[in-house]
Amino acid sequence: MEPEKSLKDSIGIVKPQDFTFGTASDPLILESGKTIFPVTVRYETYGTLNKEKSNAILILHAFSGDAHVAGYKSSRDRHPGWWDSMVGPGKPFDTDTYFIICSNVLGGCQGTTGPSSLNPETQEPYALSFPLITIGDMVKVQSYLIDYLGISQLLCVTGGSMGGMQALEWAIAYPERVRSAIVIASTPRLTAQGIAFNAVGRNAITSDPNWNGGNYYGKSIPSRGLAIARMIGHITYLSEQSMHEKFGRRLQNREQYEFNFDDQFAVESYLEYQGDKFVERFDANSYIYLSKAMDYFNLDEKYGSLQAAFRRTLAKFLLISFTSDWLYPPSQSKEMVFSLMKEGKDVSYAELDCPYGHDSFLIETERQGKLIASFLETIYAH
Amino acid sequence: MHTNLSLRILQEIAQLIPDGSHVLDLGCAEGDLLDYLSRTKHVKGMGVDIDEAMVLRCISRGISVFQGDLDEGLKDYQTASYDYVILSRTLQVIHKPVLLLKEMVRVGKHAIVSFPNFGYASIRLQLLFRGQMPVTPSLPYHWFDTPNIHLCTKKDFRNLCEELRISILQEIDLWNGKRIPSFTGNLCSTEVCFLLQGMASSDSKETPAQVESMVSKSSLS
Repeated sequence: MEPEKSLKDSIGIVKPQDFTFGTASDPLILESGKTIFPVTVRYETYGTLNKEKSNAILILHAFSGDAHVAGYKSSRDRHPGWWDSMVGPGKPFDTDTYFIICSNVLGGCQGTTGPSSLNPETQEPYALSFPLITIGDMVKVQSYLIDYLGISQLLCVTGGSMGGMQALEWAIAYPERVRSAIVIASTPRLTAQGIAFNAVGRNAITSDPNWNGGNYYGKSIPSRGLAIARMIGHITYLSEQSMHEKFGRRLQNREQYEFNFDDQFAVESYLEYQGDKFVERFDANSYIYLSKAMDYFNLDEKYGSLQAAFRRTLAKFLLISFTSDWLYPPSQSKEMVFSLMKEGKDVSYAELDCPYGHDSFLIETERQGKLIASFLETIYAH
Repeated sequence: MHTNLSLRILQEIAQLIPDGSHVLDLGCAEGDLLDYLSRTKHVKGMGVDIDEAMVLRCISRGISVFQGDLDEGLKDYQTASYDYVILSRTLQVIHKPVLLLKEMVRVGKHAIVSFPNFGYASIRLQLLFRGQMPVTPSLPYHWFDTPNIHLCTKKDFRNLCEELRISILQEIDLWNGKRIPSFTGNLCSTEVCFLLQGMASSDSKETPAQVESMVSKSSLS
């Protein structure tokens, strides 16, 4: 694909912006009771905020995502943002109509304050002195950004996976600020299986000798541990069927077994590649903090029960799940739909028959896009 | 489908429903009934359909919809959580109609069921004189391509309601869209529509499975 052609199909070149808040006398207070200041939020916006400020949509990114949802970082950039097929002119999140915002999450490593940021008190990176954070804390930080942008109510909050958790938290914690919520491939709480996979990923990182109790900044990074964590994660994002179709039992570089340790299956090579690529852009400590935040997420626990949580909401909901997603299975989305229905809330649910596992929300954008575009249109028209 | 006929059934169902009711439409397809009810009766409605294209169509019309399989029953729906649970021209494609009917009168304070009457004279005559599976405007399929696996006559349905101890509050009989007297219904109506209510919940203690086995035994004997 020629960059120029793809540039034309997309929103074009986008530049991130920074917003900083929090002082010693007015810090960010976390769910744990701990405080941080200052907090910088790096975000991108697409489209134009209308005069009434009624067309703003907040997209919440997933665990390894970032604020760069769509478009290109420069004219030489060959890879568009992670949801480029969904966000842009004439696309489901139509930037000719809507004003789209996406910010990097608290605790991440893409410009928003996290464990790799400098602690102003010590002038050293926080590393493990960074306080543990929750999905609720991420959302609280986003609410400061929305205040700063002068938006009192969002037309929609939306995201997949960990982004869906944030969308749920938004609708529950700030009911009057959310007109609609599109929650994709998400859950009201991570399953024991989900926590288990996260724990293995964290163990891979903390077992890497370079990890050094989290103090590796400016030194050799725990790249092997982080790559293995990513490999495990990647397995959970795919399905048995999609792996079979993509790789089968093919060998990577040879036709037959040679019975030495260079015999490598295509799936092994793919995981290696994904792991290595990830290390270039992700911070190992952020992996630990964000995965912990997901483990803590539990709407029943925080609000008494799922129904009690949804009782507070005022938004119109659309939940989408994927049949082959075993990490955030349809049953968990359905549980939320029925809780919302029991509370008499306005909710729609689509369960897309799709083979790509949890990653479907990033891959199957055509059918998902139609549902989302239609849903947004009816919300915006009223 | 016959458009005027469809509209007549919507109208007949609508006149059973008071303004502002809370309605669940099972097998809602494109959401025509819910759209009609929300415009004419200001209902708060929700549809259920298994087909993604139908779900998309409902969402684009602003109708709340749940993509799900009616053959899984309504176990996650709260008892008496809707004023009306409607099954319009869908009964004949359901794998477990007994389970669904029991569930409908549990979840709804009332249930409305409409279906093409297989006892209609022309259907009887087609079978009698032509010796072939009947094809009519209400039942336009051939035997080999029909989705209809549980066709019944008006009388069959009344008998089942009695067996399930479901009260019939009202019967509407239509002959090609025109109201006809109920006593002629089993022979003369092309479509029938029933307003139902579960009997006092205290005397229906059977689980859906027990009810089903009871019915299948009785239909064998």
